[in-house]
Amino acid sequence: MKKYQAVIIGGGSAGLSAAVTLKNQGIENILVIEKDGEPGGILQQCIHNGFGLQTFKEQLSGPSYAERYIEQAEDLHVDILCNTMVIKLNPDKTIEYVNAEEGYVTILADAVILAVGCYERSRGAVEIPGERPAGIYTAGQAQRYLNIDGYMVGKKVFILGSGDIGLIMARRMTLEGAKVYGVAELMPYSNGLPRNIKQCLEDFDIPLYLSHTVTKIFGHDRLERIEVSQVDEHLKPVPGSQMYFDVDTLLLSVGLIPENHLADEAGILMNPRTKGPIVDDNYMTSVPGIFACGNGLHVHDLVDFVSMEAARSAAGAVRYLNNTLKEDHKYEVFAGDGVNYVVPGLVSASCDHNVEFFFRVRQNFEQAEIVMKSGDKVLRKLKKRKLMPSVMEQMVLTTKMIQELEGDITITVTEVSDGK
Amino acid sequence: MYDIVIIGAGITGTMLARDLSRYRLHVALIDKENDIADGATMANSAIVHVGYDPEDDTLKALLNVEGARMYEKICEDLGCHRKVTGAYVAACGEVEEKHLDILADRAERRGITYEWLSGDEARKEEENLSEQVTKVLSFPTTAVIYPWEVAIACAEVAVTNGVEIYLNTCCERITKEEDHFVIHTNNGDYETRYVINASGVGAEKVYRMVCDTPEFKITPRRGEYFVLDHQVHYVNHIIFPVPSAEKGKGVLAVPTVFGNTLLGPNSDYVDDPEDTGTSFEGLDYVRANLTKTMKNVPYRYVIRNFAGLRPSSSCPDFIIEEAKTVPGFINAASIESPGLASAPAVSQYIIQNILKKHLELTEKENVCLTREKPLAMADLTPEEKAEAIRKNPLYGKIICRCEQISEGEILDCIHRPCGAHTVKGVKKRVRPGMGRCQGGFCEPRVLNILARELNISPTEVVLDAKNAKILESENR
Amino acid sequence: MESKELICVNCPMGCRVKVTMEGQNILEITGNQCPRGKAYAEQESICPMRILTTTVTVNHGVHRVLPVITSAEIPLEKMEEAMKAIREVTVDAPVKVNDVIVKDLIGTGVDVIASRSMNRA
Repeated sequence: MKKYQAVIIGGGSAGLSAAVTLKNQGIENILVIEKDGEPGGILQQCIHNGFGLQTFKEQLSGPSYAERYIEQAEDLHVDILCNTMVIKLNPDKTIEYVNAEEGYVTILADAVILAVGCYERSRGAVEIPGERPAGIYTAGQAQRYLNIDGYMVGKKVFILGSGDIGLIMARRMTLEGAKVYGVAELMPYSNGLPRNIKQCLEDFDIPLYLSHTVTKIFGHDRLERIEVSQVDEHLKPVPGSQMYFDVDTLLLSVGLIPENHLADEAGILMNPRTKGPIVDDNYMTSVPGIFACGNGLHVHDLVDFVSMEAARSAAGAVRYLNNTLKEDHKYEVFAGDGVNYVVPGLVSASCDHNVEFFFRVRQNFEQAEIVMKSGDKVLRKLKKRKLMPSVMEQMVLTTKMIQELEGDITITVTEVSDGK
Repeated sequence: MYDIVIIGAGITGTMLARDLSRYRLHVALIDKENDIADGATMANSAIVHVGYDPEDDTLKALLNVEGARMYEKICEDLGCHRKVTGAYVAACGEVEEKHLDILADRAERRGITYEWLSGDEARKEEENLSEQVTKVLSFPTTAVIYPWEVAIACAEVAVTNGVEIYLNTCCERITKEEDHFVIHTNNGDYETRYVINASGVGAEKVYRMVCDTPEFKITPRRGEYFVLDHQVHYVNHIIFPVPSAEKGKGVLAVPTVFGNTLLGPNSDYVDDPEDTGTSFEGLDYVRANLTKTMKNVPYRYVIRNFAGLRPSSSCPDFIIEEAKTVPGFINAASIESPGLASAPAVSQYIIQNILKKHLELTEKENVCLTREKPLAMADLTPEEKAEAIRKNPLYGKIICRCEQISEGEILDCIHRPCGAHTVKGVKKRVRPGMGRCQGGFCEPRVLNILARELNISPTEVVLDAKNAKILESENR
Repeated sequence: MESKELICVNCPMGCRVKVTMEGQNILEITGNQCPRGKAYAEQESICPMRILTTTVTVNHGVHRVLPVITSAEIPLEKMEEAMKAIREVTVDAPVKVNDVIVKDLIGTGVDVIASRSMNRA
């Protein structure tokens, strides 16, 4: 059985960043396993710009951003095994994979980094009534057809969900000659970044219907028509509010879910909120030596944070491989009022580096107060304007604070504006 | 001139086609859809009922019990998946418990294995059974299958033995000549001595082409379902509520052959025989009624909902007979539940009790009624997988990541007799797109494989029906 | 004199910036919380500029199309014209990232460049 110091599952933005970090920190015997024919992951189909502002201080396209990391990985002689699917990850850190050249192979890794990415919620998961014709796609599926394969899925388009991929596709398909009739968002606020609302919808006069959803699909063979209804505060359709659009295409941009089945089968504990593994300050999961990062851990807003997080998980793996991780009490990190989730979810009492929490709020805040507490002790308190669920927030727990922890950690966000 | 034309390539029509393919007969099977098993056979509970449910002295009772017993061998012969899960009929309270006695009595008389369990005993086996369940009648031999897989396998065998299959062939008119029929379709005329009407929801319509006063009326009855991902294991057995005259078998929880769970159906009469749409009301009904027998339903694992139409009939029993006023026209109509379980026996009944009277049934030489099981990577041990990939590297190229389906398996199903030529056809045969991402990842890849193998443009590949194009145009 | 409100897209703050104009002259900009917001509002009021990303046909590449990007922003109002010009372009693999695919796109002075490398299939 072949043995590696570290095996990274996934050769997208997280996996490449983790690989580069491992090599740079002296871990030589590593392998990246990628299911597609080339590394880069979903970035290869995200041909729009806006990537890399944090990492490279430039606005790159997705493929360019990926290529920067691919080049670094090549320079560092990272082995990337493409067209290879991991079938099973075992708690003993054996990995079973399959590809056309080698067949069915089992390898052993001292450390495993899960950088598996996420998948899009499908129509079935959001329960849209009506027929099931051709013409209904997830936004990412249509994006792949258009940007990698070079085909238009349709010419008369409606989009359900204001996630960023949906917004990006609204602009992309408009530029390619399609008519985008509108975007419906179930929630009273958009799930996309403000920049995308402006540049993908407003620039092209595409209406955004907040508190609306698709309530019926018509068309037996190919989509012919959709019914869109307003929803009330319980997100139930309001009778009499129906609008009809004669479209041949419906794109769904209704959420991303971490691809967690390998972790689940390996017996790794999951966070039901993020739907990814629970990790500690080293990004280590509940199975020692298995780490997680990127959209397979929790869904990120910007790829720069994926790369950053993956580098941290790789640094955690290096500590593990160098035997510098101490068994110690781990404090839990809770999402308090106003907060949907916090990652990492555990902090070791002996953690000797700063921990940056990523978290998302549950709803929009005009003027928010963010409080991080340990037991009753307030560790950090700050005010921030304009918090929204579509944007990931960060908060740092310093080594000094870790030394002074009095109990589990909670982050809460409350509205402090006078309600104007 | 055909000896027999079967209208409808569902489970009944394909079973019959396979059974007839052993004889020296000129047989055609026609269907209006673009693939085998696109009607009621595609969207149902997938259960081989053992036969305690139908009333005494009915064809349903006779053929259900007989048909169910034939499935083990049929699935073995055809290399089809079948899983004996057992079924629980769960009673809540005394009134329902009394009804279980009726079912047990029928089972006893029909030689069907059954067992009694208390509510608590049943809950030990099924932790998600509701607290309201007081008594359970268990039928340990009840099995689940992939209905369309069996139908496709039957069609494959039939074609291999010389039966002709014509898809996208919609029967528009039937004229009766002196000693034969002419079936006029969008795809030409078919002359035949005998017609077998196995057209499910369309059976009344087809019958009306030869008879102005049909003795039965078919009303499509829609059943809607949720499908749970196999990441969650929810039930071990099929869980039925106690059946009732008005609601039929009720809302079930069904473990499928591949580890998913089906929840449903409701039962809703619809006017449009094409209306397989789901509805808020229907799915709400399923949710509400499931609480009677089940608890802790993990709806967050729902990956799909779908609806199927059952050919609900004004006649409570199957109608399997030569039409009284139209000699040579044989109805296999009014076949709703337990039509799937009964199909093998229905086919035999038609051959032995009807066709034999009219036709000389001599066996052909060199017929093969079995089908080798298509290679399925997921069923193999690691060693067997390695061996398969050594022989054909494409078995190592995984296309569907959720269900781990390889390109080799997809190619196999395209190039078999009655092979897949649509994205849904591939999904029905080897299951890419059946998983949690519902094809989000693999559909573009499957589409490109189909285009390449069928030597057509990707823009010509369809989802299912022949007009269901997936790509509108080349963008560059 | 007319005034309009813009939402600045430079960062998630999404400042509501109010621009007061007289014809093509900007009289006042308020509501921004940083200089970037002011610059954005100025440009956006006079001539909105955008990066354009799309694809061109590539022969013999590992994929059918090659993603491309403008080397700098171009006027939003010229998007359609720009797309029309790019649609006509075909390149041959191999291509290196940042290779110029279209020089001086429709007289904007901006090039269209490859946004990734692509080997021959």
